Amino acid sequence: MVTGYLFISPFLIGFLCFILGPLITTGRMSFSSVSIDAVNSQFVLEPAGLTNYLRALTVDANFNRMLVESLEGMAIQVPLVTIVSLFLAVMLNRSFPCRGAVRAIFFLPVILTSGIILKMEAGNALLASMEDMQGATAGSATSITSYLEGLMMGAFGEVPIITTILTMVNKLYDIVIASSIQTVIFLSGLQAIPGNLYESAKIEGCSSWELFWKITFPMVSPLILVNWIYGIVDYAMRSDNSLISYIETFRQALDYGFASAMSLIYSLSVVLIVGISYLIISRMVYYYD
Amino acid sequence: MINRRPDKRVFFTKTKLIIFNIFFALLVVSLCFLILQPFLNKVSLSFMSQKDLVDSTVVNIPKNPTLDNYKFVWSLLDFSKSLPYTAILSLLMGLLQTASSLLTGYGFARYDFPLKKLWFVCVIIMIIIPTQAYSISLYLNFRFFDIFGIFQAITGKALNLIGTPVPLLLMAVTATGLKNGLYIYLFYQYFRGIPRDLEEAAHLDGCGTLKTLFRVMIPDAAPLITSCMLFAFVWQWTDYQFTNLLLASDNFLATRLNGIDSLISASGGAALANSSGTMVIYSDTLTATATLLMLVPVVTLYVIGQKKFVESLNFSGVKM
Repeated sequence: MVTGYLFISPFLIGFLCFILGPLITTGRMSFSSVSIDAVNSQFVLEPAGLTNYLRALTVDANFNRMLVESLEGMAIQVPLVTIVSLFLAVMLNRSFPCRGAVRAIFFLPVILTSGIILKMEAGNALLASMEDMQGATAGSATSITSYLEGLMMGAFGEVPIITTILTMVNKLYDIVIASSIQTVIFLSGLQAIPGNLYESAKIEGCSSWELFWKITFPMVSPLILVNWIYGIVDYAMRSDNSLISYIETFRQALDYGFASAMSLIYSLSVVLIVGISYLIISRMVYYYD
Repeated sequence: MINRRPDKRVFFTKTKLIIFNIFFALLVVSLCFLILQPFLNKVSLSFMSQKDLVDSTVVNIPKNPTLDNYKFVWSLLDFSKSLPYTAILSLLMGLLQTASSLLTGYGFARYDFPLKKLWFVCVIIMIIIPTQAYSISLYLNFRFFDIFGIFQAITGKALNLIGTPVPLLLMAVTATGLKNGLYIYLFYQYFRGIPRDLEEAAHLDGCGTLKTLFRVMIPDAAPLITSCMLFAFVWQWTDYQFTNLLLASDNFLATRLNGIDSLISASGGAALANSSGTMVIYSDTLTATATLLMLVPVVTLYVIGQKKFVESLNFSGVKM
């Protein structure tokens, strides 16, 4: 009993000091106006009631819009990443030449788009224009999608569904680079499915389509839950998230109370979304053993 | 079932298979290209001279390839100084984070103790709560660091730890750093899957708790340990949220890269470009080169340890 506590004691201390403590302080700061007392070198909290929250939700011109945009982006990206990563995993699970190399490339975004790199890429106008130029000279996907875009807009006008679909197509790159870890998780799940399930189903006369929906899908469904939640968390902390940079500017301007209120609203909405999706998806998950 | 026209059917399935394979190959190649394109673009940009940048006939291959961008960026990033600093810090963080996550995950997986469920919920909370929720007071916590008022009593004021690596190291030791929740979870899943018999056999052979851990469990988890270290190393290398906030050191590559725009304008990059339009293009080229320079070590590491990265999540059997 004591041994168990000894093993987790570093984490316990860390959690209480560097997560729970700061979390409570952030909560208190969000209800106060914070000032720095340079003489005694400490920060002073003066109760301010709901001022910071009201300022974020009703006064500030950008916060509401950015919050909605961020959650909207999440609502589009997370389901797509889950679907695309399952698709990629099924694809990479086949045997084909150079499979190792292809897997390595698909996993490369874990490095190539982590942390600062994604942020630098998002702000680089030259790289974006270079891709446009390549698209124009090669007549590749960019121009085909823009052609389709014009065609569909012309035929149906600004129907919300079509604009949503077009946003999704344009986000293909974002989605593929965000699916690396999920793909590997799905891949491990696919490899863990006992082969005899497929064999007996084939003998019973199942087509590949049926095999996927009757065996593969239920068997990886626990991982859908894992990947869905990982996707939300990952999206919420992406470095090119404009809301986070916006909050950061207020921290740098020493407006700690207001920044705390904003980050708490944002974090609570993320946690709420995780909770709701957990409740919904965990009902549909099938556990084999 | 009687198959009356076997020849035709075989022919059709064969054609179908070939068409499918062609489609499949195209898909794989184009997706690989999609992923690599921004990286390759950066590579080709980084070798372009200023002449190539304004030349509209140059798209991918520079006509006057040059290493000037690299030389300039090398001095901008103060690479010979910031590279060893970043490498040592990331290595240390990788080691510490792995060690602390291993112990915590092991404790959760192999021992029963009161309130275990509650503490494990804390691990989950740590994974799902965005760091932004507590980063501001974390900053203030380390800005005015004090343990029960001890420093206040001795020196008359609280310690300012911002700008030193101490906050990052403290959080790594206590398994609460960047993505640490994820590492704990991976180790937890791994150790949970090891059969009890192994432990009992070790106990029968006279192994104590620590001996079991070091002689039996850790060698068994060696692949996961390696890949956890690789992950922690790489993510620390490119991290900018925690490190920018708590370390804020110019010697750290990601922090320096984050402020590269001001570095470029301060270093008189404007003098190198002849008009204001070129200036923007040129500074974007330098940014791309700097990103690339920073990526070289980790990409090299990835190419060497590629299998470890990809397979790491394979055997950990992530479940919920």
